[in-house]
Amino acid sequence: MDSRKIKCVVWDLDNTLWDGILSEDGAVSLKQNVVGIIKELDRRGILQSICSKNDYTLAMNKLREFGLDDMFIYPQISWEPKSKGIKEIRDDINIAMDSIAFIDDDEFERKEVNFSVPEVLCVDAADIDGILENDAFIPKYITNDSKNRRLLYQTDIKRNKAKDEFKGTEVDFLKMLDMKFIIDKVHEDDLARAEELTVRTHQLNSTGITFSYDELKKLSEDPGYVLLIAELKDVFGDYGKIGLSLIEKGKDRWTIKMLLMSCRVMSRGVGAILINYISKMAKKNNVDLYAEFIHTDVNRSMYVTYKFNGFKKVSLENDIESLKQSDDFVGVIPDYVKLIDDESIWN
Amino acid sequence: MEIKEKIRKFVANFIKTEEFGDDDNILLSTVNSLFAMQLIIFIENEFDIEVDNDELDLNNFNSVNAIADYIAFKTK
Repeated sequence: MDSRKIKCVVWDLDNTLWDGILSEDGAVSLKQNVVGIIKELDRRGILQSICSKNDYTLAMNKLREFGLDDMFIYPQISWEPKSKGIKEIRDDINIAMDSIAFIDDDEFERKEVNFSVPEVLCVDAADIDGILENDAFIPKYITNDSKNRRLLYQTDIKRNKAKDEFKGTEVDFLKMLDMKFIIDKVHEDDLARAEELTVRTHQLNSTGITFSYDELKKLSEDPGYVLLIAELKDVFGDYGKIGLSLIEKGKDRWTIKMLLMSCRVMSRGVGAILINYISKMAKKNNVDLYAEFIHTDVNRSMYVTYKFNGFKKVSLENDIESLKQSDDFVGVIPDYVKLIDDESIWN
Repeated sequence: MEIKEKIRKFVANFIKTEEFGDDDNILLSTVNSLFAMQLIIFIENEFDIEVDNDELDLNNFNSVNAIADYIAFKTK
């Protein structure tokens, strides 16, 4: 049984999205049901893109005419092999190859993709009526953040474009973004997103342990713990709820049991800011700050973040590395981020 | 190119060159996971060394001079 979950659906155009071949007969018409499927996938937070052998401008104009151009991110419309386009989409969105589905009516194209990138789930356009009921296309969570996912990515595309055109250093760019980092405890309506974050986040994840909705609910109500969720905004718009941390409050020591950040904010420095914020609160409460870390194949950058913020390894037991922040380490919250919190969450 | 020059050039992508001397703490103004990781990857690839987890100490990487000393230690 295939338990994979699709995060991005890549559509062919000719005889898949619409009937006819655009470059031959211009007057193509949308296939029945396609719009409904596209809108529903979008509502579920599944990203969509295009991979089509066509003239880019012609095809985009046609999509605009159908009012669908906004639904697709990083469209690959050229005469290149489709496997190449799919690899581009994978790199641009930064997701795993096996979370991509490719819909095409042409068996040759599906075979080419299947040969080159076998992880991709290839679907015959004739079978698309069934995909909404296919388990792989039903996300476990549909939260506010997932419903807005396309918008979040489109905002990111604008940011990245601004960054490419920006003349200056990284730090200057970050200053220009005018970021607001909002920290709050996890409330009931955050629980689904919190669970989703533990499942979807791999690179900036200090343990890789996933938590269920009920476990998180229990922890959020337990006076021995603080469960934080962080949100980021900047001049371009919202990033959504992108960070989560679980802190165990002992008598003399606090332990960061979990810390994770969406990889969409990897270059924003907010992981370190969250660490330093927790550290500041620990100092205020006269307790030592520890952190637990479990090495995975992909989370080394989170380890580096801890180490570069004054944490030192104190022990290793059952794969759980215990780190302690040096007493003399003074973290700095950079002035290019405005931190908004409510200190009562620590009581 | 001299080791320090290579490091300075890498760091200058993130901070203005005139804002950091060889002994200045470069991590304080650029403490983000991407920079930290890129710095480690840069050091590993450019100087063909492997940074062990136990060596991932702040003091080895917080200034141009510290990084140069660390590289010298690893490559001797």
